[in-house]
Amino acid sequence: MTIDMSQFYQVFFDEADELLAEMEKLLLALDVSAPDNEDLNAIFRAAHSIKGGAATFAFTDITEVTHMLESLLDRIRKGEMALTTEHVDTFLAAKDVLNMQMEGHHHGASVDQDAVGSVCARLKQLSQGIVADAPAVPAAAPAPAAPAASSAPVADADGQFHFRIELPEVPQRDVDALATELGLLGSITQEILADKRVAFTLITGEGKDDIVAICSFVLDPDDLKITCGSAPAPAAAEPGYGIFETEKAEAAPVAAAAAPAQPAAAAAAPATEAKNMGRRATDKEVGQESSSIRVGVEKVDQLINLVGELVITQAMIDQRIAALDPIHHERLLNSASQLSRNTRDLQEAVMSIRMMPMDYVFSRFPRMVRDLAGKLGKQVEFVTRGAATELDKGLIERIVDPLTHLVRNSVDHGIEMPEQRRASGKKEAGRLILSAAHQGGNIVIEVTDDGGGLNRERILDKAKQQGLPVTDSMPDAEVWQLIFAPGFSTAAVVTDVSGRGVGMDVVKRNITAMGGTVDIRSMTGVGTTISISLPLTLAILDGMSVKVGEEVYILPLGYVIESLQPAAVDVKEIAADGQVVKVREEYLPLIPLHQIFAIEPLYTDPAKGIIVILESEGKKAALLVDSLVGQQQVVVKNLESNFRKVAGISGATILGDGGVSLILDVAALLRSSRQLSNDPIFS
Amino acid sequence: MTNTTHMNHGSKDAGDGAGDEYLAFTLGREEYGIDILRVQEIRGYEPVTRIANAPDFIKGVVNLRGTIIPVVDMRIKFRLGQPTYDEFTVVIVLNIAGRVVGMVVDSVSDVMTLSPDQVRPAPEVGTVFDTEFLIGLGALGERMLILVDIDRLMSSSDMGLIEKFAA
Amino acid sequence: MNKKILAVDDSGSLRQMLSFSLKAAGYDVIEAVDGQDGLDKARMQTVDLVLTDQNMPGMDGLELIKALRKMKNYQNVPILMLTTESGDDIKAMGRAAGANGWLVKPFDPARLTEVVRKLIG
Repeated sequence: MTIDMSQFYQVFFDEADELLAEMEKLLLALDVSAPDNEDLNAIFRAAHSIKGGAATFAFTDITEVTHMLESLLDRIRKGEMALTTEHVDTFLAAKDVLNMQMEGHHHGASVDQDAVGSVCARLKQLSQGIVADAPAVPAAAPAPAAPAASSAPVADADGQFHFRIELPEVPQRDVDALATELGLLGSITQEILADKRVAFTLITGEGKDDIVAICSFVLDPDDLKITCGSAPAPAAAEPGYGIFETEKAEAAPVAAAAAPAQPAAAAAAPATEAKNMGRRATDKEVGQESSSIRVGVEKVDQLINLVGELVITQAMIDQRIAALDPIHHERLLNSASQLSRNTRDLQEAVMSIRMMPMDYVFSRFPRMVRDLAGKLGKQVEFVTRGAATELDKGLIERIVDPLTHLVRNSVDHGIEMPEQRRASGKKEAGRLILSAAHQGGNIVIEVTDDGGGLNRERILDKAKQQGLPVTDSMPDAEVWQLIFAPGFSTAAVVTDVSGRGVGMDVVKRNITAMGGTVDIRSMTGVGTTISISLPLTLAILDGMSVKVGEEVYILPLGYVIESLQPAAVDVKEIAADGQVVKVREEYLPLIPLHQIFAIEPLYTDPAKGIIVILESEGKKAALLVDSLVGQQQVVVKNLESNFRKVAGISGATILGDGGVSLILDVAALLRSSRQLSNDPIFS
Repeated sequence: MTNTTHMNHGSKDAGDGAGDEYLAFTLGREEYGIDILRVQEIRGYEPVTRIANAPDFIKGVVNLRGTIIPVVDMRIKFRLGQPTYDEFTVVIVLNIAGRVVGMVVDSVSDVMTLSPDQVRPAPEVGTVFDTEFLIGLGALGERMLILVDIDRLMSSSDMGLIEKFAA
Repeated sequence: MNKKILAVDDSGSLRQMLSFSLKAAGYDVIEAVDGQDGLDKARMQTVDLVLTDQNMPGMDGLELIKALRKMKNYQNVPILMLTTESGDDIKAMGRAAGANGWLVKPFDPARLTEVVRKLIG
């Protein structure tokens, strides 16, 4: 039987990603001087779990790193080694390396082997550091009382010795007492030998004379047989499994019940304490796991589609029964309105499946802020609020980049150096707040810093240099919007304290593409807030329906500024095939939709039809249509599932009558308007 | 990976020997057959939403229980007279490798089972389809069925239904 | 009727692999995510073999084995312990708890079915 192991990889990658994120979160929250044992255990467990999976799926490089990580963590959680910031830094670096290796296996991304090597070296150094300080130095502990131990004991990779202690025939009560006492030194197990004698296996950092000393309370050390060896590594030739002989298997449970030989019984042992706390720490995680199921996104999307369909059917029913006599059909109408409510609730519930907490995004920032502030020599207190606020999975993945940019900008350009802050009477540590909250059908995500604020004069100067239409009397809000102008801030001159807007046009474009908006509030010397407002889900869109000839198209409302009927005098031909229209003292290119889609329109004269002013990527244009039909929320459907991409169209939706309406790709339409000509851009 | 109809054909013969089932339909004066396993359902023609700048035989898209599917009219594609759309116009809904597409034909006749010995090689000429899209000729008594490799046809660049060929 | 195996592991990918491999070998598989879950599922029906990871959060493998051995209908059901360590100590602990055998991770599906067949055919 051959089984393709690669089919399990996806689950492993998902699992490992979650574990690594959790590990990082815990590491960042760790109080180095007094680490919480539960946290240490949870971090250890994450490394351990990844190692297990990696080994099974033969990702040897991941196994190696996690093994070193695990061994080191194990000693720290057992209290054998004190935690230092160097440990935390190294663990974080190891986490990054593991992420990178995972990406390599998952998506074929390149893996920086130097980084892997350096992390491994650091992990190794850290673990060797403690071996030198190990309490038991084998050579210094000759044990004359134990003749069998002729060779010097060898510590295993974790600095632990594996002793095998064969007892002479002694009463069970003595066996129990010894097990308890020896259990205090480390972890102990016992087995019953063929001649009914008992042998212990003790894993401990202590030396042999300690064992002898303890045993001498109960029996004559000369009767003991103590041997030592480190745990053998699993050799390739080994079968890797074993089945215990029946007789022993039967005898063992009895012995185990009689002898409290398990470490769990020795309450005073530090290792045991750590272990028990680990159980408590992970209990809640387990609770979460068993009460949730992992489902493919496509299944959820199918559910959303079906519910969308149901909502449309519901709308059709509502439309038809509206014509009925309310007295005659009172009961039918009541039932229908009940059904309508149920449908809405169902839709909401189904949509919520795709929702993920913002924490998914927020959790990556403490690390970034910490590293960045460290590099810049700044002090930043990072606060997140509303991490539990939920957002559609599709959007949450797309918000990461813009948000990363904004947070980076705040640390880099917003928050001042400690000296400067002190000079202006502020606390040395700047404050950076990342918050999320629901507002109506939107989620508002804000990045706030108490830094220097935007510099109005500087931005205006820069805008003038770039030939942007600005005046000194412009209101602040309009001045701040200038930093979103394409190319505005790419120049090096603004990357100092005041400028900050590196790549803000990209941020704005990404947010707009998600159907959202960006606003800035800033006050010189006090700070800046960048506020992003996004729809809760991509699956539903606020649309404006417009009609050209017989066709109805949907315009995403986010791009629409206004619609109006232009006066004939405001429409000008600028070339053989281009028209512009003057709207509020601004000439905008005119895009006749009928021309682009080769439709027979009602009107070709802009003064008879309606123009819709659209804005995307900082460019405005006027779209000529026959008429406006109305505004409505539409469920967005993918056109490409069964067909190909159609130029100028971003998707489709189903109307109340069951017909299909296409959603216009406004960004693409506007891009085409810049090169307006007979040239068939859409072909 | 490329599990074409040819291969399915062969493997099923090896299985029960009962032959393959084909959906028979007419286009112009000829009768055609396609693998019944590719047919999801047969529907009447509903008004479509036009796709701008698409070839004329791509009628547009319709809503099939919440999914948007393209509809192609084979009568236009193969220039078989003036197409009419009325209550008798039939759309064969195909499912080809997970993609759903509606295909308008003149009429659908029935489902026929053809054993391998009833299938002869395709003629070089005489059908509207290119030979590369044909499996063979099915003979059943007086009737002659032109067997079409619908997978290959629908994913061909000629049809322009799939992205990579559309560019 | 196929023999039933209870597979207990806190790692989803491992569980999936165990389940898939054993099903491919003709066994029915019940999955459990930790010791407690395993114990709960074992209580609902008696299986022909229990496969359990050793190191799990909450109730670990050794505790599960001990708990199972206390149940009347599980005194003779073979229990195989999965472990990342191959040291004698872990084996001894498993045996003391009442396991019938051990299997070191990583293992491949072939080795898994090999040892399962040895225990329950």
